Amino acid sequence: MSNDLSARFPYLKDADEVVSVQRGPEPGGAKGAYRAFGETLRGLKTTMARVIEGPLTIQYPEEKTPVYPRFRGRHKLHRFEDTGLEKCVGCSLCVAACPADCIRVVAAENDPADRVSAGERYAAVYEINLARCIFCGYCEVACPFDAITMGHEYELADYNRSDLIFTKEMLLAESIEKTPLRREGE
Amino acid sequence: MSTIADVGYAEATWILILKSIVIFLVVFLIVPVLTVLERKLIGRFQNRYGPNRVGPVGMMQPLADILKLVGKQTFRPAAAVPLLYAIGPALVIFSGITTIAILPFGDVKDGVGFYGIDVSIGVLYFFAFGSLAFYGLLLSGWSSGSKYSFLGAMRSAAQLISYEVSMGLALLGAVMMAGSLSLVSIVEAQGEIWYVVPQFVGFLVFMVAGFAETNRAPFDLPEADAELVQGFQTEYGGTRFASFLLAEYLEMFVVSGIAAAFFLGGWMGPGPGWLDPIWMIAKILALIFIFIWVRATLPRLRYDQLMSLGWKVLLPLATLNALVTAVLVVVA
Repeated sequence: MSNDLSARFPYLKDADEVVSVQRGPEPGGAKGAYRAFGETLRGLKTTMARVIEGPLTIQYPEEKTPVYPRFRGRHKLHRFEDTGLEKCVGCSLCVAACPADCIRVVAAENDPADRVSAGERYAAVYEINLARCIFCGYCEVACPFDAITMGHEYELADYNRSDLIFTKEMLLAESIEKTPLRREGE
Repeated sequence: MSTIADVGYAEATWILILKSIVIFLVVFLIVPVLTVLERKLIGRFQNRYGPNRVGPVGMMQPLADILKLVGKQTFRPAAAVPLLYAIGPALVIFSGITTIAILPFGDVKDGVGFYGIDVSIGVLYFFAFGSLAFYGLLLSGWSSGSKYSFLGAMRSAAQLISYEVSMGLALLGAVMMAGSLSLVSIVEAQGEIWYVVPQFVGFLVFMVAGFAETNRAPFDLPEADAELVQGFQTEYGGTRFASFLLAEYLEMFVVSGIAAAFFLGGWMGPGPGWLDPIWMIAKILALIFIFIWVRATLPRLRYDQLMSLGWKVLLPLATLNALVTAVLVVVA
């Protein structure tokens, strides 16, 4: 066999360099027919294995794709859990960071008798235009008080563009439907 | 009046009419189920669910499909030949329905044969009316006045010629073993052993040729949705398109029925006599499952591959099978 190989491939120093490839019979003729029949059976086996595997479809509206913990969905504004005061102090750093220019903040002085936020000032207006937002998460990074974070909600379709402008109240509210979170190793 | 064909067993006319209505209804109710079944099974073969929105588990899907198609405007292209364009789909359905008449769903019970009619020339009847369907395809393809339709029609004509020969020769073995052309006698001759065992080659050739005869994947060249935009059906819409669809499933039912009668022992199966039609239908459905399975597996053949498979593989195999069977029948 090795003699045979060196005759066929004289430029090879070592017969071990030749990797023999196993090939099925060429198409055509009796061997080809045998191959075609065998391959057909193999194909039938493959498709039947898919049946046994079962459907992989996620029945979307009823069944939702779980998201990863760091999934960047719709934004959320946060309050301090103990005092109930808003974390946002209206510093507008998120506005500066936003590449899509979709955040609008109008700050106002806190009334000491009726505080809205923990700082000196608070956001009187806090709007995010989700039609413009690119969900990059820079606002979350820019925020010095972790007042804004990206949530897990991704079902944001609406009938009007104006409905996609989320106000402070909407961003502060707890989401009605919880998006399923992907578990460890899922 | 001279006899055109002998009939093995015939009842009173009113029983015949009643029988034909019952068989017609049963088959017509099976066809819509087949369409969902096919789509659901193809889905399963691809890790999907298939249609599951209309009605419980999607079983009302055919109703939605049919209503949609029936609701469409009847349209005829300006270049079409009016009469032939209308006759085409009708002819295709006609050939499918007439062939159902000879499918045996059971033997004679209480004076009533569980089949449309038991003609002594059963196989010839099947081929005669089966070929008629191709007139429908040819006529509708040609009369549409469209290149794609015409190409599809030509392809189907060539395909028919190539595969009908092998199909006939494949059945010849079973015919010789049973010594009769009547489907009822052929089924009865399989009391000891189903012909799928001694006639395995014949069964294989018949099934492959059957895929081609019904224009099903991998031999759906006349339709070839990717290249010929449905071939002869291109210019059809609405109810007429639905008739082609119906005819395709009818033909699949018929070919499976013939295969079940010739090779799988027809209505025979364990259990009491009234189970016979159910056994027959179960065997037909099993064969249709194979049709769908193959459709989900194999890609469409190239045109020259279709021809070389038909003439160089199937025809010699079928001929050899017929010859060997003939010798064995004479010797044994």
